[in-house]
Amino acid sequence: MSLAEDINPEDLPEAYSMPIEEMDPSDGRLFMHQKHWAYFERMRKEDPVHLSENEEFGRFWNITKFKDIMAVDTNHQVFSSEPSIVIADPPEDFTLPMFIAMDQPKHDVQRKIVAPTAAPANLIVLEPLIRERVCNILDSLPIGEEFNWVEKVSIELTTQMLATLFDFPFEDRHLLPYWSDVATTTDEEGSNNYMEEEARKAVLWECYEYFVKLWNERQGQGDNPKMDFISLLANNPETKNMNDDPLEYLGNLLLLIVGGNDTTRNSISGGVLALNQNPKEYDKLRADPSVIPNMVSEIIRWQTPLAHMRRIAKEDIELGGKQIKKGDKVVMWYISGNRDETEIDRANEFLIDREKARHHIAFGFGIHRCMGNRVAEMQLKILWEEIVKRFDFVEVVGEPERLQSNFVMGFLQLPVVLHPKK
Amino acid sequence: MAKITYIEHSGTEHVIEVAPGLSVMEGAVKNMVPGIDADCGGACACATCHVYVDGAWRDKTGEKNDMEETMLEFAEEVKDESRLSCQIEVTDALDGLVVRMPESQH
Repeated sequence: MSLAEDINPEDLPEAYSMPIEEMDPSDGRLFMHQKHWAYFERMRKEDPVHLSENEEFGRFWNITKFKDIMAVDTNHQVFSSEPSIVIADPPEDFTLPMFIAMDQPKHDVQRKIVAPTAAPANLIVLEPLIRERVCNILDSLPIGEEFNWVEKVSIELTTQMLATLFDFPFEDRHLLPYWSDVATTTDEEGSNNYMEEEARKAVLWECYEYFVKLWNERQGQGDNPKMDFISLLANNPETKNMNDDPLEYLGNLLLLIVGGNDTTRNSISGGVLALNQNPKEYDKLRADPSVIPNMVSEIIRWQTPLAHMRRIAKEDIELGGKQIKKGDKVVMWYISGNRDETEIDRANEFLIDREKARHHIAFGFGIHRCMGNRVAEMQLKILWEEIVKRFDFVEVVGEPERLQSNFVMGFLQLPVVLHPKK
Repeated sequence: MAKITYIEHSGTEHVIEVAPGLSVMEGAVKNMVPGIDADCGGACACATCHVYVDGAWRDKTGEKNDMEETMLEFAEEVKDESRLSCQIEVTDALDGLVVRMPESQH
């Protein structure tokens, strides 16, 4: 299924092999083979607000330093999130309105309606259920034999969580990561993330059809709807007609599905890998599990599960000494900002007990800051609390296989063997 | 120095002498007062330093700007007294200020 073996990583240009003007970090294969780090390191040093141009994405500015990213992210008056927040432009006939890709005032209205599902008050209610599920997942894992952590833990846990937030029929929950994966495919042939555009649309319309049934069932709950995303949208006066525009309902569904799926899933996998690559940090965790909440923030920084967000400048503006023109595409590389040594001390080291671990940019900042940040942190926290109770070592025993994408920093395979506590 | 009383949601009080020029948020974070996360570091960009300030102090704390108003839109349990503590600069005039924390930061 994977084409990983067919691409020779040696064929990808090295970061320091070209004039800086030619540098373009947007090829998904760079991320798949972890060659992007050197690209961003060089841009941060030599040209932190860097213009690139290619056939696939056109002309775009790369914003690579923490403070410049913060300046763009917090200036929503100048930097528009419409019509899309990824580097690729959407197909003209299939632009999905969703609140992450809307500006004020509509963004604010829609976000506030669904935010309570992911807010701390609701998470306190859900925590015992999530812990029980984490325990069930961990207790069902094979001991002493190799398995794929991505499939058996990362996907399973985030899928169950997402099903709860949607109050989605539990027996059909596997559909959620399926739709999520399809939503983030590319039509670039040869990629291990490839899907033909028409086939992709067809699957996403199946997702829509499924959710229309849920929408219809959940209308009419009045002023006190249940706390799931669909009930909140279907019963709020501001959004109860959202389904009149199927693209807008589908867009918001996919936002909430992808937002709650790809992100935490890959931080769960990325944390296991990072601890294996940094055995001293794993020792710190074994010696003092109270470091877990801090470690969770460090894992999220280290993984930065979504590498970028894009904006369009609505007026001319100067940034980092460069003249950005009205209409220009601006790409904030969170993955680079989180390794910016001028903002984060020893940024290129994974340190689970680092000071100010929460000061990372993986959730973005400003009005579009990740709505599910506390959901993500809670899942990772509970998972690691329960892992250290059971296992002395989650050992990575083979090379991870990564997704070819400049957006989702995803794992397809992470082979591990579990070593129970003695 | 201004004496500021930080009251956690549980009721626990922390009385701290804060140097003028720092923000109310920094006064808490530098003194390990729990309940204020301040993820963005004081850029008015995350709303995780949400506190309640009694209306009587409004003249001395100054008013919210547009960005603070906007970020508070997305916080939980927002009231008239809600402020982002990174946006309140400590001055001698704030000696005696009391800020209360919400149950959680989002």
